[in-house]
Amino acid sequence: MRIDPNKCVACGNCTYVCPMGAIYIDPKIKRATVNRDECVECYACYNGLSQEHLNPTMVRTMRKMFQMLRLRFDPEPDVCPTAAFTPEELTWPRVVRRAFSDPRVPHESTGVEGRGTEEVKTNDVSGRVGVGEVGFTIEFGRPGVGVWFREIQKMTMRLAQAGVAFEKKNPVTTLLKDVKTGEIRDDILDEKIMSAIVEIKVPVAQTEEIIRMVWEVEKQIDTVVVLGVGTRCDPTGDETVVLPILERLGYHPQRAKTNIGLGRITNKDAQDARKQEPVAAY
Amino acid sequence: MTNTLHRFGTSDSFHDDFVVFAIASRGKNEQDALPRLRKFLEMAIPFGPVNLGDARNGGALRPSKQMNPTSHWNRDLAPDFRAVVDGLNHITTVAAVFDSRVKAEDFVKKVKAADLGLSINISTSVDGADQCCHAAGIPRHSVGYSLGFEGKTDKLPNEQVLTVMTMCGHGMVAQSLAKKMIDWVKEGRRTPEQAATYMQRFCSCGVFNPVRAARVIREAAEGHQH
Repeated sequence: MRIDPNKCVACGNCTYVCPMGAIYIDPKIKRATVNRDECVECYACYNGLSQEHLNPTMVRTMRKMFQMLRLRFDPEPDVCPTAAFTPEELTWPRVVRRAFSDPRVPHESTGVEGRGTEEVKTNDVSGRVGVGEVGFTIEFGRPGVGVWFREIQKMTMRLAQAGVAFEKKNPVTTLLKDVKTGEIRDDILDEKIMSAIVEIKVPVAQTEEIIRMVWEVEKQIDTVVVLGVGTRCDPTGDETVVLPILERLGYHPQRAKTNIGLGRITNKDAQDARKQEPVAAY
Repeated sequence: MTNTLHRFGTSDSFHDDFVVFAIASRGKNEQDALPRLRKFLEMAIPFGPVNLGDARNGGALRPSKQMNPTSHWNRDLAPDFRAVVDGLNHITTVAAVFDSRVKAEDFVKKVKAADLGLSINISTSVDGADQCCHAAGIPRHSVGYSLGFEGKTDKLPNEQVLTVMTMCGHGMVAQSLAKKMIDWVKEGRRTPEQAATYMQRFCSCGVFNPVRAARVIREAAEGHQH
């Protein structure tokens, strides 16, 4: 993302709306400027700010007059008065920043907008996390901190060392050089993104081991981490298997997303395939 | 839509935050899903949502690319739910956000009766979702717990800013904007409701809850500690 210096009037509105704090008024040129190292190409500035198309010279003159009279200029805080933001044509590897930062850009690998995948949200039809299994989402950089791929690699390598299976339909998995080592492509290690989710599935018995592993590695990672733990409920809707493990480890989950099981397979080809599958326990 | 899972707050603080969303699964039930997703959104309107969302096109309050300068003084802050329904043009995740459990429960009952065949999820407190399911007579199928933020948490802002900004889990609501809005309300420059709508426009999938945001901003401005 760049800001057109011919249009910018240095109102400062955009400096507050950048989730990475990467926009500042450069005192040398008196225009808003993007720190390209820190910018994750999330497009929050371009997509989120409303745009007026005022004449920049007129706005600058008015602002100077207000300043001289010590009057406070009080515009709406979510507006760029001169539509000064100009998206750039992104090339590899910088384009990966946008893929993991702008939620409106669907990942080629998943078709899902945002950084994640369907995980337990569609578990009632996908059967992704089965009985006796736990699906982990390990997210880095959320909220509003950001993360470099080289930091994420510390976790993927450790998980690979433990022999866990990475979810195939996950954007981070598609960027691994080798799922057996957990190494991420060299050419993106120095790219910063808003956040990324590493997704794995393990037997319930391995829940504690994975959490302890995350605790160990997150100390070496320079960002925030948040864990999501997905599992099946029993036929009455209760979940009495994983929650006690979490509580024993000191977690008391306050929030959850709950799949209420109203989905069903309606694609014709998928219905045919299911008829040939063995019947699974609840 | 893990972006609604990691909202910051205690279980009690989600008493006015219920996100019900519908999603199709690739290769399983996405064929002809568009009219069913639209029906989901359409059905939500009579139940009084505080936001409706289409993950591709946005929520019920959106930024304008051609804003009229006079609108600084008479800006329309009313959500346009109809625009969300009519604007849905891709198979994507759609959501309805409610500020009470009763509304969410009634809506879930309606969704169950409609038998859309889509996966339906409720994102709120663990107990809140469980109660919604009980009320609708639906046993939970799967649950995804949020274990909260860890790692380098010293990089996070204070709890009130965190509560507001995590209502857009994609991170489109910047912590500096949330802080600025709390400060503006504190100074009497804007109302909590106005402050919430500014931030709501940045949430690109329409799951931001302006009612909860306004409550938290008001509490923060009045100096309540969480």
